[in-house]
Amino acid sequence: MSSTVNPIGEQRSKTKTEEVNYLNIENTISSWLLTGDHKRIALLYLVSTSFFFFLGSIAAGLIRYELTSPAGVVLESDTYNKVFTSHGVIMVFTFLVVAIPAIFGNFLIPLMIGARDLAFPRLNLGSWYMYMTGGTLILAGMIFGGVDTGWTFYTPYSSMYSNTQVSLVLVGIFIAGFSTITTGINFVVTIHKMRAPGMTWFRLPLFVWAMYATSLMMILATPVVAITLLLVVFERTFKLPIFSPELGGDPVLFQHLFWFYSHPAVYIMILPAFAVISELIANFSRKRVFGYHFVAFSSLAIAGLGFLVWGHHMFVTSQSMYESIVFSLISILVAIPSAIKIFNWMATMYKGNIRLQSPMIYAIAFLMIFTIGGLTGLFLGLAGTDIHLTATYFVVAHFHYVMVGGTMLAYLGALHFWWPKMTGRLYSEGIAKVNAVIVFIGFNLTFFPQFIVGWLGMPRRYHYYYFAPEFQAYHIMSTLGSSVLGLGLIIPAFYLTMSLFNGPKAGDNPWDAHGLEWETTSPPPTTNFLVTPIVLDEVYDFDPEAEHAADMKALEDAQNEHPKRHGKAGPEDLN
Amino acid sequence: MSFFNFPFSPPQASNIAHQYDPVFYALCFLSVLFTAIVTIGVIFFAVKYKAGTTASRANPLYEHLPLELTWTILPLILGLGMFYIGTVLYVNMKTPPKDAQEIFVIGKQWMWHVQHSNGVRENNTLHVPIGKPVKLTMISQDVLHAFYIPAFRVQMGVVPGRYTQLWFTATQKGEYHIFCNMYCGTQHSEMGGKVVAMDPSDYADWLANGGQSTAPMSMEQAGAKIYARVHCDNCHGAEDTLHAPSLYGIYNKRRVFADGTSAIADEAYLRDSITRPYDHVTAGYGQTMPVYQGQLSEEDLINLVAYIKVIGTGQANTPTSNVSRHSAPTAVSSTNEASALSANAVQANTEDPYATPTKKVGSPAVGAIAAEGKNR
Repeated sequence: MSSTVNPIGEQRSKTKTEEVNYLNIENTISSWLLTGDHKRIALLYLVSTSFFFFLGSIAAGLIRYELTSPAGVVLESDTYNKVFTSHGVIMVFTFLVVAIPAIFGNFLIPLMIGARDLAFPRLNLGSWYMYMTGGTLILAGMIFGGVDTGWTFYTPYSSMYSNTQVSLVLVGIFIAGFSTITTGINFVVTIHKMRAPGMTWFRLPLFVWAMYATSLMMILATPVVAITLLLVVFERTFKLPIFSPELGGDPVLFQHLFWFYSHPAVYIMILPAFAVISELIANFSRKRVFGYHFVAFSSLAIAGLGFLVWGHHMFVTSQSMYESIVFSLISILVAIPSAIKIFNWMATMYKGNIRLQSPMIYAIAFLMIFTIGGLTGLFLGLAGTDIHLTATYFVVAHFHYVMVGGTMLAYLGALHFWWPKMTGRLYSEGIAKVNAVIVFIGFNLTFFPQFIVGWLGMPRRYHYYYFAPEFQAYHIMSTLGSSVLGLGLIIPAFYLTMSLFNGPKAGDNPWDAHGLEWETTSPPPTTNFLVTPIVLDEVYDFDPEAEHAADMKALEDAQNEHPKRHGKAGPEDLN
Repeated sequence: MSFFNFPFSPPQASNIAHQYDPVFYALCFLSVLFTAIVTIGVIFFAVKYKAGTTASRANPLYEHLPLELTWTILPLILGLGMFYIGTVLYVNMKTPPKDAQEIFVIGKQWMWHVQHSNGVRENNTLHVPIGKPVKLTMISQDVLHAFYIPAFRVQMGVVPGRYTQLWFTATQKGEYHIFCNMYCGTQHSEMGGKVVAMDPSDYADWLANGGQSTAPMSMEQAGAKIYARVHCDNCHGAEDTLHAPSLYGIYNKRRVFADGTSAIADEAYLRDSITRPYDHVTAGYGQTMPVYQGQLSEEDLINLVAYIKVIGTGQANTPTSNVSRHSAPTAVSSTNEASALSANAVQANTEDPYATPTKKVGSPAVGAIAAEGKNR
């Protein structure tokens, strides 16, 4: 890559002790738990979010198992309600909102903009401790009796009726929320103030743009939910009349406040996925992202409009008809920037030199699945069609297509793409490719039947459906699919862990990718760059024509070397 | 087996369902179209421009304003078009006709309580006439609920402290699911029931009969029916005949038997003479009457005896329909409404899977908080 003044050779030549990197520089426990290094903190997040994801997945498996029979299998209704609440709370608040920003944002933003660290390293470490405190309180709530309100904590059930550990879990989410806010502040300051010389705004990788939009939403929206949840705790504890009509409050007020955060939170979860996909599509198509400015500004448009659509969660909860119509209109508008992104990513592949390696397979799967997730959002954004579908399995399917098919596939793509940079090791690409296909199939088998059963009228959060046995076939399909999906999540845990011990050394840039993070060593040194890079051009300076010509020449050479071979040489000869 | 039951769409049983489904299928069409464009496009590019394929990469595009505007404006126009159609549907769903018949619904943990305009009540069922607009005015007594009839494509939140409304005109006779579709606690999934859409005349009868499919009868009326059903009147007529004595005015009269004994014709004697007629054959008659031991239920026997007590006195034919129409509300003592309601529920829904006895409805708020306080 010729876009920087200090390319890799120079970095290397200045490295006196090449083998010292951020991983092996110190090995004590305190060097991890008291580190200020954004890369080490990212790994702390990787381990802790994986733990919570594992717990949330077990809850998901239990739900799916329970629903194979219309009259339940092993759980009581109370237990079932606690299990689906645990699944929602853990997945949303301790995995989806946190995972990509806190792991990959943390690890990559300083590397991508050529900085030594985030602006506030100690605040960054503090964020992780807040996250762990919040997560621990949430877990404590689950262990000491559980919560049965659903992850949405609708009042007055949560504030006056539920006699489970609501307060403990809410305080946990409140504290974890501050970890999100501080992470957002850290990112915004870093992106504004710490870009390397020459790294202008429009030379930034699109990952950084999307992270910037995400951070703005985190900072502006999270305080609202934090204070709202605290008000629920106050009403439970002190009978402060806020949400309960018995005390003189308004139950629907809670929903306004909650969704004022939680709809933007959906974009907090999906924008980082967009961030990852932009990088994957560009690097594996070997081509500049098509319509860079449109992709960048569509992130900001989503961040802006995303604040004005919360009412579409409340079409049937007694808000006025005119309110609903306005929210419906804005909800349609917010779909447009997402459509722009999809089309631009598609156009990026046009005339690229596409390498179908595992991260790219995840990216392609993302494009297909997210398209379905986004389009089914239209059914729910239109007030008229939402009436029948809201709170059914159609909604469950829709947001899993966005959150699992979108965010989680992007997460897996990111994990596979940056794993060599984070650990310095290569995993087995063959297994990884097969696994990506398993995930894609398992995912669709799990969640597509839920669209149909939701359209038939199956409500979400139902333990029993013995009075409507016509739903059973779809639930069984969905449960079978979830086993395949579960397999697709267990396999990477093995081969990625294995790669740490016996994976081949990755080298600095195993993908031949572009971006400042690939210009330092793998794993990078604690200071990221030994010499601050000076940026001369934007990050996506691929040359698909020249690369193609080189490929063609290599093929021709291969042909000439094996003149007796039958048939034409194929792309596999390139390797 | 329901294993092989793959329905693809819910029943279409209301005017709103007929308006809703075209919009839904139009959205499905658009979704399939755009998913196909993206899926085929992505796979096509991935195959055609896989590294090392010979397809030309000359003059790659990086920016193209007309293209960007095309895929911004085209989805925008389609989106706004769908918004218009969806909003028309929504406004229609939200605007009940002025002549809509009003029915009141109260949601509570974990049952639906329905009150019709003439005072008839039912639990976990909703009887409606087809072809007539019905407006539900709803409120919750405790937490949030949502009243949802998939076959009608209608749903509305049921909120404590304020009334909400939904309306529909049922178009097809039948029974359809009612679901509570807002999570409301332990038995949320069982807080449901069924809508019974009936012919307007059947509905009028049902309403007039106080929420029963047939008019309720007095014991004497029921007994008269049994008297006719088992053909007592073939032999026991208004006058003594060769085969059997008349029963008119028999109650409390002294009967003389073939063996010379005698007894007063009280309830016990009347019952015994039906079930074991040969124990005491009236003087002058033979053993010709069939034995009804085990043939009639005790309930039938009680009704039959009640009828025989008044037969021929003119009391049996007293019209009671006016009384019975109000009998259900009279039975509901206003001082203990809750328990009377659940009694009503059991009566009205003996075949209903939802008719499981409901938990005591008291003041769950205080109870819940107090219990939590103790837990800590």
